[in-house]
Amino acid sequence: MTLTAELRVTRGNFSLDLDVTIASGEVVALLGPNGAGKSTALRALAGLLPLTSGHIAVGESTWDSADAFVPAEKRPIGVVFQDYLLFAHMSALENVAFGLRARGTRRAEARAEAARWLGRVGLDGYAQTRPRSLSGGQAQRVALARALATGPSLLLLDEPLAALDASTRLQVRSELGRHLADFGGHTLLVTHDPLDAMVLADRLVILENGRAVQQGTPSEVARRPRTDYVANLVGLNFYRGTATGTSVALDGGGSLTVPAPVDGPVHVVFPPTAVSLYPDRPSGSPRNAWPVTVAAIEQHAHTTRVRLDGAPAVLADITTATLADLRLRPGDGLWAAVKATETHAYPV
Amino acid sequence: MTRHRGRGRLPVVLALPAFVGLAFLLVPLAGLLVKAPWGSLSGQLFSAEVGEALRLSLICASLATVLCLLLGIPLAWLLARSGLPGRGFLRALVTVPLVLPPVVGGVALLLVLGRRGLIGQHLDAWFGISLPFTTAGVVVAEAFVAMPFLVISVEGALRAADPRFEEAAATLGASRWLTFRRVTLPSVLPGVVAGGVLCWARALGEFGATITFAGNFPGETTTMPLAVYLALETDPDAAIVLSIVLLLVSVGVLAGLRDRWISGPT
Repeated sequence: MTLTAELRVTRGNFSLDLDVTIASGEVVALLGPNGAGKSTALRALAGLLPLTSGHIAVGESTWDSADAFVPAEKRPIGVVFQDYLLFAHMSALENVAFGLRARGTRRAEARAEAARWLGRVGLDGYAQTRPRSLSGGQAQRVALARALATGPSLLLLDEPLAALDASTRLQVRSELGRHLADFGGHTLLVTHDPLDAMVLADRLVILENGRAVQQGTPSEVARRPRTDYVANLVGLNFYRGTATGTSVALDGGGSLTVPAPVDGPVHVVFPPTAVSLYPDRPSGSPRNAWPVTVAAIEQHAHTTRVRLDGAPAVLADITTATLADLRLRPGDGLWAAVKATETHAYPV
Repeated sequence: MTRHRGRGRLPVVLALPAFVGLAFLLVPLAGLLVKAPWGSLSGQLFSAEVGEALRLSLICASLATVLCLLLGIPLAWLLARSGLPGRGFLRALVTVPLVLPPVVGGVALLLVLGRRGLIGQHLDAWFGISLPFTTAGVVVAEAFVAMPFLVISVEGALRAADPRFEEAAATLGASRWLTFRRVTLPSVLPGVVAGGVLCWARALGEFGATITFAGNFPGETTTMPLAVYLALETDPDAAIVLSIVLLLVSVGVLAGLRDRWISGPT
């Protein structure tokens, strides 16, 4: 049973036009910047927002189309909201049991099932705790248990880790991955964090301005970005150009030598760590080398990222030692060099 | 070290009217206590007429509050959540009884629910029900005047409550009615309690609409405020005692509300 959706929603100046299919047991991540339409897509799938046109169907049953609309409360879904939206006046157990009760399970049975779910997410002993006394990670797990307890066919996760601090996030992410692997239904994960998407999803759909700009497995997307946004997410230098053999003339000016011959319009990528910086023109081995100017210097955890203007403009990650040797300041002139074997070119 | 710089004394032009205003509000209340017949107070307090009026007042105000809760909470929900067109206009209409002179409200009720009124004549002909000049009439008059207090308080609470919790309930399979009962209502409970108490206090003090619509029959429609007014002509001491009882009830309500507002949930 596959979920197929053509999500077309128009609101004011914004329009969402996104086709998604999710197989049973598959986790699809919808990744995109703020305002790309991720939440709109999620709300449409949840039945909180009717489609302007298009349709949503799971197997034989239609949820939304020109002549049928199933409201949220009639859809077999579970949603984990970004700030969880746990009911403050109910205990953790009552929160998890709420969906079962609403769908007609008897009280005792619903409470027993809810208690099992709390156990499954590692919250035995928190049944009577009110949401306000739970930590962020615990509240997230209650929200997940609440969404999964009704045995939904579609699980929707809206930035499920965004509200957590870095250390909790790591642990909750791996737990969430385990629960998603056990879940047999369809999962759509909405996030703007590439790491969450790469770790948790089987397939990524990158959304920009209401349109899918790229789809694929996490490793495909990470190796072969197709837009500046995706390249930026996965941390690669990214260029469009036209290839003749192993030479690529870049659209933005300059050219690069790539390891294997290709022809026609291509994308070229290489990591910022592959870039070496020299005060003068490097001599010797066959390299891509071109003059650049320092535009900005950013300090990251263990490396320094240098933004360089030139043809082409490039990002370089250098060690602190190199930074000290070169005594870089914005405006300085340098030479950038990249080995051809570090680059990767693929057809557009 | 800590020199207060600059703001200086309170300007007389503000301080003087402020203190006059304070005195204006408090002196009459103090007068009530000063003039009270403390000697015969307990005798007066437990006399049959006072007891009867007090009992009737409490019953009618409570019934009116229940009526207001049953009708007012759904009305507040309609105004806050339904997306009904013309809600702003409806909200304005709901507040009319708040500013309407209660006597006018009483006259309006008579015209509609009186024995020959628009609806009253049918109530009388079909069911043999006549509201004017009965205890039920007192409840109706009090509810008419007091309901806006409840509606406005509950509607304010509803509008402040995050509607996304209702969406979360919907995704869990809850119908709108279940969502209202189990999610919305509990989250606005402080507003409902505050509105209910205000509504009850207003109903308890109701005079104009009650005497116009329900008249003044001891034991049946003579509530405390009516009894105070009547007693003033025949037995001023009794009027003072009744007034003190009402004052105590009002202060009690205020104190109860303050507790609720300070230590209430969320």
